[in-house]
Amino acid sequence: MSDLPEYNFAYLDEQTKRMIRRAILKAIAIPGYQTPFASREMPMPYGWGTGGVQVTAAILGVDDVLKVIDQGSDDTTNAVSIRKFFARTAGVRTTTRTPDATIIQTRHRIPEAALGEHQVLVYQVPIPEPLRFLEPRETETRRMHALQDYGVMHVKLYEDIAEHGHIATAYAYPVKVDDRYVMDPSPTPKFDNPKMDQCPALQLFGAGREKRIYAIPPYTRVVSLDFEDHPFERTRIPASCSLCNSTTVFLDEVVTDDQGGRAFMCSDTDFCEQTRSSTGAKS
Amino acid sequence: MYVAVKGGEQAIDNAHLLLARDRRGNPAIPELSIDQIREQMTLAIARVMAEGSLYEPDLAALAVKQARGDLIEAIFLLRAFRTTLPRFGDCVPMETDGMSIRRRISAVFKDLPGGQILGPTFDYTHRLLDPELAIADDARPCPVVLNEGAEPVAAPHILQILDREGLVEAPLNGADAGVEEDLTRTPLDFPACRELRLQALARGDEGFLLALGYSTQRGYGRTHPFAGEIRIGEVELSFAPPELGFDVPLGAVTITECEMVNQFRGSETQAPKFTRGYGCVFGQSERKAMSMALVDRALRANELGESSGVPAQDEEFVLSHCDNVQATGFVEHLKLPHYVDFQAELALLRQLREDWSARRANKQSADNGAAEKQEEAAK
Repeated sequence: MSDLPEYNFAYLDEQTKRMIRRAILKAIAIPGYQTPFASREMPMPYGWGTGGVQVTAAILGVDDVLKVIDQGSDDTTNAVSIRKFFARTAGVRTTTRTPDATIIQTRHRIPEAALGEHQVLVYQVPIPEPLRFLEPRETETRRMHALQDYGVMHVKLYEDIAEHGHIATAYAYPVKVDDRYVMDPSPTPKFDNPKMDQCPALQLFGAGREKRIYAIPPYTRVVSLDFEDHPFERTRIPASCSLCNSTTVFLDEVVTDDQGGRAFMCSDTDFCEQTRSSTGAKS
Repeated sequence: MYVAVKGGEQAIDNAHLLLARDRRGNPAIPELSIDQIREQMTLAIARVMAEGSLYEPDLAALAVKQARGDLIEAIFLLRAFRTTLPRFGDCVPMETDGMSIRRRISAVFKDLPGGQILGPTFDYTHRLLDPELAIADDARPCPVVLNEGAEPVAAPHILQILDREGLVEAPLNGADAGVEEDLTRTPLDFPACRELRLQALARGDEGFLLALGYSTQRGYGRTHPFAGEIRIGEVELSFAPPELGFDVPLGAVTITECEMVNQFRGSETQAPKFTRGYGCVFGQSERKAMSMALVDRALRANELGESSGVPAQDEEFVLSHCDNVQATGFVEHLKLPHYVDFQAELALLRQLREDWSARRANKQSADNGAAEKQEEAAK
């Protein structure tokens, strides 16, 4: 901190943190509801995690241990950049080990390792409104949420089935939270959706540019939208990690040559490392 | 084999070093000073201060230098600094009537109290590249301006003249409106009041507003505008601390103000009259102030019962997309890795293609079967 005397702990001033915490509390009290908040301009661009960063800054304490992932990996450039930002402005301990972290900020993934009650998962959200691509107007979508008027979403899913035989949404797959609000889980693959249900960890979602915070309190029912005769199905990737041999996790496909060669490996790099060290699989 | 790349941290550090080197350019060329940028790139500084929503020429100059001349990047730098500043109160609404005028023109009256004052404008220059300027010459004499130092003119707002006859609607009065909301401290909610819309437009992207204003002139929400008045000059700002009970001057800012006067044919409840579109920005920027006034007027379409659904009249569309710091961030975030989403899409696409092929094969065999049956029937 000595080289940055002009900035408060975790960058944001205490008034701003208080404003954000109030929005978070409201969001927790109304699971899945998009709470407007006075999002600040952050020193990183909109669309690069400013919502998640503000939520993390507002809840971060000196004893917290922070993990930041992007695409499941601790080492992607933007995850590195955000982790560095908090290491610099808050001086908190950081980790790549999922079980050791008290706060995990994520973009596009939920860690493979089960989360615990001592943890908070902070999602970076680009477009918080699950109905946005069906109805561009905020005035309309807010009304639809208020009236639980989710017909257009069900029609969209039905049309998918009529056209393709199944629901053609692979990520940002809409969920219903606590039997009330339809919510965008952020652009996580639908593979991760079941992890949100009854999760012991608090899940917070921050959308900076769109100025919205929403939350899933611990042990809340989260259901992926589906139909009785077309139940939700997790994406299955018929392959195993070429590093740790895991088959039950989300795998990234990697192009290995220009001859169409492909390999698969864990998207969650920490999970992959832990599996390798425990099974002794060679890397 | 390929192993997921490690070393993001090192890569970022190196990228920053490269950036710093390229920012400096050829070290044999003298480095730009903040003073030079502030004094000689004044219109760039004006734009950065206006859209950065912070009146601080030195910091704006620093931002322009640090951003390598990328003005939206400079605006972003200034915004990110502004957001950390404490707010100790609101200034007394500024009185642009009392502006010390550098430029003031009206396109609706030939002559008027206070006169037409051209001031420092590009308007009547011939856009011919000036070879003399190509050579930096400290010995070049500073241009002498005729009649400079004449008595400052008292220049009432031109629309007041029409106002006396009741031909033009009353101006929006910031002092009366008592707008408590600050766009940067409260999330924007729709429908927004005109004061909030003006806040958003004042910091909105010049190019975006220019294009929208232009679209109204070309028929997408025509407003029949006249440039009632454009004025540029310094306006004093003051603050009234509650414990003192009187105004304390804080300093002066240069602003550009534009009042458009627009035709209005009247409605069931309102007599025909002229209406106003208002633009006001930090520094000298007529393009921005005029565009803002056009868009402000277009956004009043609902209030005046003339809405026709064009983009410039659509409050949600305009206000949600006019901020260039937000826009550039979200457009450019597509550079961030999306492998996970892409992987999920890949899996979906493969499945969709398999299904499609299967359906097609089924249909073909069904068609063939039908054709055979027909042939048999024909026999």
